[in-house]
Amino acid sequence: MLEKALTGKPRYWVWIACLAAAAGAGVFTWAYQLSSDSESTGLGRDVPWGAFIANYTFMVGVAASAVMVVLPYYLHDYKRFGRITVLGEFIAVAAVAVAILFIMADLGQPQRALNLALHPTPGSPFFWNMVLLNGYLLLNLALGWLGLDAERNHIPASKWVRIVSIFSIPWAVSIHTLTSFVYAGLIAHPFWNTAIMGPRFLASAFAAGPALLILLCMLVRRVSRFDPGREAIQKVATIVCYAMIVDIFFILMEFFSAFYGGSAEHTASLRYLWIGLDGHRMMVPLMWTSAVLGVSGVVILLVPALRRTEGWLALACGAIFIATWIDKGMGLIVGGFAVSPMGRINDYVPTLSEIIISIGIYAAGALILTVLYKIAVAVKEAEIPQAPSDQRAEVLAAPLRPETELREMGRV
Amino acid sequence: MIDRRTFLKISTLVTLGAAGGRELAAGLEAIDPAALPAAGAAGAAKRWALVIDVAKCLETPDCDRCIAACNRGHNVPRIDDDRHEVKWIWKEPFEQAFPDQENPWLDDKLKSAPVLTLCNHCDNPPCVRVCPTKATFRRPDGIVDMDLHRCIGCRYCMVACPYGSRSFNWMNPRPHIPRIDPEYPTRTKGVVEKCTFCVERLDKGQAPLCAAACPAGALVFGDLSDDTSEVRKRLKSRFALQRKAALGTKPMVFYLI
Repeated sequence: MLEKALTGKPRYWVWIACLAAAAGAGVFTWAYQLSSDSESTGLGRDVPWGAFIANYTFMVGVAASAVMVVLPYYLHDYKRFGRITVLGEFIAVAAVAVAILFIMADLGQPQRALNLALHPTPGSPFFWNMVLLNGYLLLNLALGWLGLDAERNHIPASKWVRIVSIFSIPWAVSIHTLTSFVYAGLIAHPFWNTAIMGPRFLASAFAAGPALLILLCMLVRRVSRFDPGREAIQKVATIVCYAMIVDIFFILMEFFSAFYGGSAEHTASLRYLWIGLDGHRMMVPLMWTSAVLGVSGVVILLVPALRRTEGWLALACGAIFIATWIDKGMGLIVGGFAVSPMGRINDYVPTLSEIIISIGIYAAGALILTVLYKIAVAVKEAEIPQAPSDQRAEVLAAPLRPETELREMGRV
Repeated sequence: MIDRRTFLKISTLVTLGAAGGRELAAGLEAIDPAALPAAGAAGAAKRWALVIDVAKCLETPDCDRCIAACNRGHNVPRIDDDRHEVKWIWKEPFEQAFPDQENPWLDDKLKSAPVLTLCNHCDNPPCVRVCPTKATFRRPDGIVDMDLHRCIGCRYCMVACPYGSRSFNWMNPRPHIPRIDPEYPTRTKGVVEKCTFCVERLDKGQAPLCAAACPAGALVFGDLSDDTSEVRKRLKSRFALQRKAALGTKPMVFYLI
């Protein structure tokens, strides 16, 4: 099937070239960061993690969210997601790759990374992240690929593929729970040392990931003849909406515990992020941007007329994606380090070098995603009979067949 | 960052200073076995700890012999940029070493009094728990040690430490070491390091450099499991604080007040 990624229109190759160039710039900058004697990041002893770990955390969530299409399809036999399941699984593959690359970029001694496997330490959340992320990468690559291959050959996927796909559901939940454990067990940082961290991670992941899936489905429909299906997209939009509402609810729970309880340490990070602490207000505009984007995204999705309009839906999904990226990325990391163990207040701004490497890693992820989507779309396009465009519009406009009729036709 | 010129100036000064201090250090080496009555014979203690007599230490607030001895003996680089500096033992104002002891009516002199801080060699160390490669580990005698060759530089231990006792080598440390001691390894960029309670000296029956260098005897090192040891006696005789004791890390550095 890989050969399908090797043919494309010129715009496809231009896009590939751009991504490769950005990824190359990232590799080059990373090599400099490693080999130079001096330090090129904005990090320091009081803020030892920054943009890389923030993006890693966020992208594990995006990866985990594939479960939101896999679960309804495989567990509840929700057929409409059958067309987009592979798109969700391929997002997971690219997102996990991005997360792993961010970890690698962050390591001081990346050439020793295999020590994670040579000296397994089950007591460390990082060890479990390594095991689960690599497993999840292979799992989704295999499931997406085998499912697509079966579709291409007009045969149902093997029974064991279905069994493994059900296995991938708790796996997805556990990768992101383990990401939350990286933070939730640290007594040194009261801002993170809270049981809501795991649920909050899952909620924001199930908002951000499916929001990205909707945007990509819209893109796929524009650049190819494959239509992921309006009904499926609307269902995913409902998932995004409720997940985001739950996420906002969890964030507000944190405010109650911190401010009603009044713990100085616990409130310090929240003050730093949302109102400023001792004149340090760097994160305040960013956090309020996140809040405004998140809430407006939810409002748009709650109004049926807006949700059904493609432009509004795209806007809401983009807003929610960015809102969670700020909140669970930089907000989470910078907030946690706002007050050092010695009580000093720290600001952190990524340097140009960190930004170039981050863009490079995202470009590498986009490259993987483009190739995988190209293959998926090519397989799916082959199923669609060539039809004049006006006829196709007619087909799309026709009401969807009810489930019973489809079952009679043997499509289900 | 310091430029070459400043660096040369500093290193010359430090080298001159070190030359003067060496004779003193040599004198202190001689009394080492006396400082370690329990360990000398047994070879291995069950629980090493450090007791810092803050009152005695504050009698000479400008003295930094312990810090200098440690830095020199462990090739600790001297980096002026406080975001990237490497520290094994250093001084913090009281209110920052003990943020949980603060109250608005604390005497200003005490608030800003310089208190020695270092790795607490916790009995329940969060850094050891999170390290994904066991590069940092707890020895049976309670010392939290580092395998600098196994560390992958993920800095999870720094994030987990509630005391800020761990330093990452953000830059190549070697050009910043005023005078390299060939007896002790230098480190490389990209690994975490910290105080090790001088495991290399304990194995030879010698007290840690900081305790050996203190002219006032304000730093007492010994075995907590031996109830006749000097550390136990000191802890019985005076009230002692531990940094952030409420966190449950069980720090093994005690501050006599």
